[in-house]
Amino acid sequence: MLQQIIDRRLAGKNKSIGNRERFLRRYQQQVREAVRRAVDARGIRDIEKGEDIRIPKRDIGEPVFGHGQGGSREVVHPGNQEYVRGDKIERPKGGGGGGRGSGQASDSGEGEDDFVFHLTKEEFMQMFFDDLALPRMTRTQLAETPEMKSQRAGYSNTGTPANLSVLRSMRGAIGRRIAIGANARAELQSLRDQLAALGTTGGDEAVEAERKRLQLRIEGLRARLDAIPYLDPIDLRFRNRVKVPVPTAKAVMFCLMDVSGSMDEARKELAKRFFILLYLFLTRHYEKIDLVFIRHHTQAQEVDEENFFHARETGGTVVSSALVLMDEIIRARYPIGDWNIYGAQASDGDNWHHDSGRCREILTETLLPKCRYFAYVQVAEEEQNLWEEYARLQESEPHFAMRKVSDASEIYPVFRDLFKPKGVNA
Amino acid sequence: MNPMERPAEAGPARPPTTFDRARPARFTLEEPLPAGPRPDAPLPDPSDWTFELVEQYHEVIRAAAKRFGLETYPNQLEVITAEQMMDAYASVGMPVNYRHWSFGKEFIANERSYRRGQMGLAYEIVINSDPCISYLMEENTTAMQALVIAHAAYGHNSFFKGNYLFRLWTDASSIIDYLLYARNYIAECEERYGMQTVEDLLDSCHALQNYGVDRYRRPGKISLAEERARSAERQAYAQMQVNDIWRTLPRRPEKSEESAVEKRFPGEPQENILYFFEKNAPLLEPWQREIVRIVRKVAQYFYPQRQTQVMNEGWATFWHHHLLNTLYDEGHLSDGVMIEVLKSHTNVIYQPPVGHRAYSGINPYALGFAMYTDIKRICEKPTDEDREWFPELAGTPWLPALHEAMRNFKDESFIGQYLSPKLIRDFRLFSILDDEAEEHLLVSSIHDTSGYRHVREALSRQYDLSTREPDIQVWNVNLRGDRSLTLRHTQHRNRPLNETAEEVLKHVARLWGFGVNLESVDGAGEVTMRWQVPAPAQP
Repeated sequence: MLQQIIDRRLAGKNKSIGNRERFLRRYQQQVREAVRRAVDARGIRDIEKGEDIRIPKRDIGEPVFGHGQGGSREVVHPGNQEYVRGDKIERPKGGGGGGRGSGQASDSGEGEDDFVFHLTKEEFMQMFFDDLALPRMTRTQLAETPEMKSQRAGYSNTGTPANLSVLRSMRGAIGRRIAIGANARAELQSLRDQLAALGTTGGDEAVEAERKRLQLRIEGLRARLDAIPYLDPIDLRFRNRVKVPVPTAKAVMFCLMDVSGSMDEARKELAKRFFILLYLFLTRHYEKIDLVFIRHHTQAQEVDEENFFHARETGGTVVSSALVLMDEIIRARYPIGDWNIYGAQASDGDNWHHDSGRCREILTETLLPKCRYFAYVQVAEEEQNLWEEYARLQESEPHFAMRKVSDASEIYPVFRDLFKPKGVNA
Repeated sequence: MNPMERPAEAGPARPPTTFDRARPARFTLEEPLPAGPRPDAPLPDPSDWTFELVEQYHEVIRAAAKRFGLETYPNQLEVITAEQMMDAYASVGMPVNYRHWSFGKEFIANERSYRRGQMGLAYEIVINSDPCISYLMEENTTAMQALVIAHAAYGHNSFFKGNYLFRLWTDASSIIDYLLYARNYIAECEERYGMQTVEDLLDSCHALQNYGVDRYRRPGKISLAEERARSAERQAYAQMQVNDIWRTLPRRPEKSEESAVEKRFPGEPQENILYFFEKNAPLLEPWQREIVRIVRKVAQYFYPQRQTQVMNEGWATFWHHHLLNTLYDEGHLSDGVMIEVLKSHTNVIYQPPVGHRAYSGINPYALGFAMYTDIKRICEKPTDEDREWFPELAGTPWLPALHEAMRNFKDESFIGQYLSPKLIRDFRLFSILDDEAEEHLLVSSIHDTSGYRHVREALSRQYDLSTREPDIQVWNVNLRGDRSLTLRHTQHRNRPLNETAEEVLKHVARLWGFGVNLESVDGAGEVTMRWQVPAPAQP
């Protein structure tokens, strides 16, 4: 007795999601650590991807009582080839005792594999944002696609009265009236002709009766034609609007970093997060983003990303060299009419002391007028002359932001001012 | 029920009692019923199935199953996707279950190996419920759907309905309701007491899951509504009772001095540790007791399945094989369908020999299928050896014999009863004795005349749950001192506990609320190992 075949394919997808959330929550520590490592290893552009997370097997085991090695046990195996009763066999190395018993839940002889699973892009970004202590508003802003613009998209037959298109509605109504009344009108015409042929008066009884009949019929048809509504609800047409992403422009993001001896790996890592975050913000608003990496010690140099983060140099520091190079590159490749220019600079604040004043000058006079935004983070505590010079800038220039950062969670405030009003507008 | 109170005449209106449930009506069909008329053409066999086709196949399989006397719960076939199949995997094969991270872990592990192609999904999952739900995976071909229907909807289903352990221990009609109740209850607790708290408690309960099973008493049969009403009542009452064992007023001062020293609490060792906690753990809140109870109930529900792997899979495999072959012989199935079925069948019953890369113990499908097939052979074409070993089977009608072998055994007794010398030879079974005291492993018996009985006994023991899991019971509670609990492990053939014992003990301590000891006692009654876990810090 078959009750029925039920198609469940559309119902109850992802039933296990709650369990997955609980799992991730439980291993948050490990997952977060793995995300951190992944961020360090990845290029700025590939940040928005999932990631494989490994957790050592012993960490996720669920303990139960079970038999351990030792004692005496007898196990039956299939496929005997050569043994006869009473044979003695070398004990296999590493325990196990000739294969595992069928009752054993796990084979303790096996090595400790890692438990590996894939973190989706969304989960990965969630963890990344957690690390940066992004406020919820910003998260949604980052998680969504950029600004939408509403745009006309033909007509629809539902909508608000405000969007009523009178012309369209009336045109539809005419068509309907013509179509519905066509037969009646044709008949009316022919009846009228017949009536006219009969003449208005005179004739015998039969003609009189015929005239009467025709007149009645004409009355009926008229009434029917009059009953056709002038405007019917089905005629109504509304202007339809759809949301489309705002057509986006091009942007270039300059990453400037000090690679002198005093910038150690931890500081570079911090700087990298800062760059990533800016990049993420920009990807929400621009379709095409160029990245330019400029590293400097006493001289500045344009390099690729790999060299930017991982090469290490020593020597003194002349910050202005990087700013000058940035300006040169802008002039050579990124005409300000076509590109939105963003600058992000990270440094430990160490600078040759005569140079800081010059930095400020270059910024105010040449760079800041060209830039949509310029952010500076200092990944060290003590305030040196570069900080002081920049601090003077902050008051006068609204699109310049600076911040001291010693932990990843402090990076976000740098952007707060930038995104406070209504996001970067292209 | 006391028979004295209710005269036998009241018979027909009497509700079923334990006795009735455990002992089904005798199987009366001696021979398979005759086949219907031969069809003009076999059923169509495009590789893509349709609902009509599944229904047609189901109809012929149903008719065939009826001829062989397979009694089943009503069938409910559900079509699901691969992803849903993994969902079902993750919640131990049930359509609903409460939420826990370990199910998430399971899902992730399955998904990963599935995506990498390391693991094929099972073609079917079948749920011991009334109606019996069988999942058909969307990706299956028509032939595979036929195989699944025969295997799950008629094989497993009739096993659930017929086998004594399932009749005794599980209640097919209420399990889905109960799990729904459990899910909601636990979700409510999470909301009220915090996810972490509930998770910790569930972790501890899961660690003891295998020790939350009644082995000798039948649990009550309860519907969802009753369950809700009773749970509230139970909690109030239980909380009142707990304090009773800590009663400080001495009842008989003059006697208590000596007797308290000797008298243990509980009076008898308790093997259902979770039940003991549910009733006696002093610090648990009522909702915590209810969660302990839920885990215990679910464990109890799966208890028969853990004891009938070989029989259950063997029975289902035997019947899909037999039903589909019969249908093929009678012209219902096309050659193409049959070849695909046989290919899949052959894969399922493959038994790699020991030492083979794919070897991981005895394949329950292979062993079970071989045993049922062998019983049929013994009935129909007994050899002299069979007449000697199975005088009660040889030459009798095979159908009742087979049903008898399905109904009244569990793996352990089934193998002990029915494993024939021929099968031992076919599988080339041999037993290896691994004694810690000896330098070498010893081949204790092989497939020869002197070894048959020994191999059979050893294999039967291998499927005995009580030897597969360490025997650990609640031994004593220190009522007059620090309230610490003592568990006692009775070693089976001097086998020690594994290294996670201490971890489990921490979970025990969390449930008990005070310190916990575990002693391991060898065959001579000497305590050889002790573990101790102090009382958990109070939150």
